[in-house]
Amino acid sequence: MSVTATIRIQEADFDAAQEIAALTKGRTDIGAVVTFSGICRGSENGEPIAALTLEHYPGMAEAEIGRHADEALSRWPLQGLTIIHRFGRIAPGENIVLVVTASPHRQAAFEAAEFLMDYLKTNAPFWKREESETGTSWIEARDHDDAAAARWTKS
Amino acid sequence: MKVKYFAWVRERVGMAEETVEPPADVRTVSDLIGWLSSRGETYAHAFEKPKVIRAAIDHAHVRPDAAISGAREIAFFPPMTGG
Repeated sequence: MSVTATIRIQEADFDAAQEIAALTKGRTDIGAVVTFSGICRGSENGEPIAALTLEHYPGMAEAEIGRHADEALSRWPLQGLTIIHRFGRIAPGENIVLVVTASPHRQAAFEAAEFLMDYLKTNAPFWKREESETGTSWIEARDHDDAAAARWTKS
Repeated sequence: MKVKYFAWVRERVGMAEETVEPPADVRTVSDLIGWLSSRGETYAHAFEKPKVIRAAIDHAHVRPDAAISGAREIAFFPPMTGG
């Protein structure tokens, strides 16, 4: 059975429990579901923030996430995959991103979810701008995110 | 070809997208950055550190030496910070 990933780029919030249920409902072949939720923190580098605004590149965001979803499906025996990434203004405590992987055994589900998040952070065209009392500024990319993505490169 | 800008590159250039017709000797992404930078202060500011600028041709990441011939849409942006 071929598995098709569900990918959504949206401004609206999502419900992780509903997304898990949508993947697993009526299924008896799934043995493991791993869920990663990225949530907006209330502070950045020790300074409180009022909100994040996420800008994205429509068209490329879907294409880039789709390419990585396809790679995850080819590398691990997944039975289901859902990726949701929000854009727009997001307040502390609100959801930013969701990855749900389903597979017969836990290792594939864990690894595929980690692979996808590492690549989403470094390759998916999204940019975060933080708002604080002192104004707004773009969040800079972190070297350790690149290092995390690099470890999945096949040698 | 259409050129799109995102995040602080967009803010520095002062627009989200435009259509440009670079001269024939502008062959690579790197050449295009150089040519755009010569068009005015806003571009020069946006591209003052070309090494930190990422580029995509028709929705796929490319390196600075990628050929732009045949590209419909080229985008410039800072390193991504999603997820």
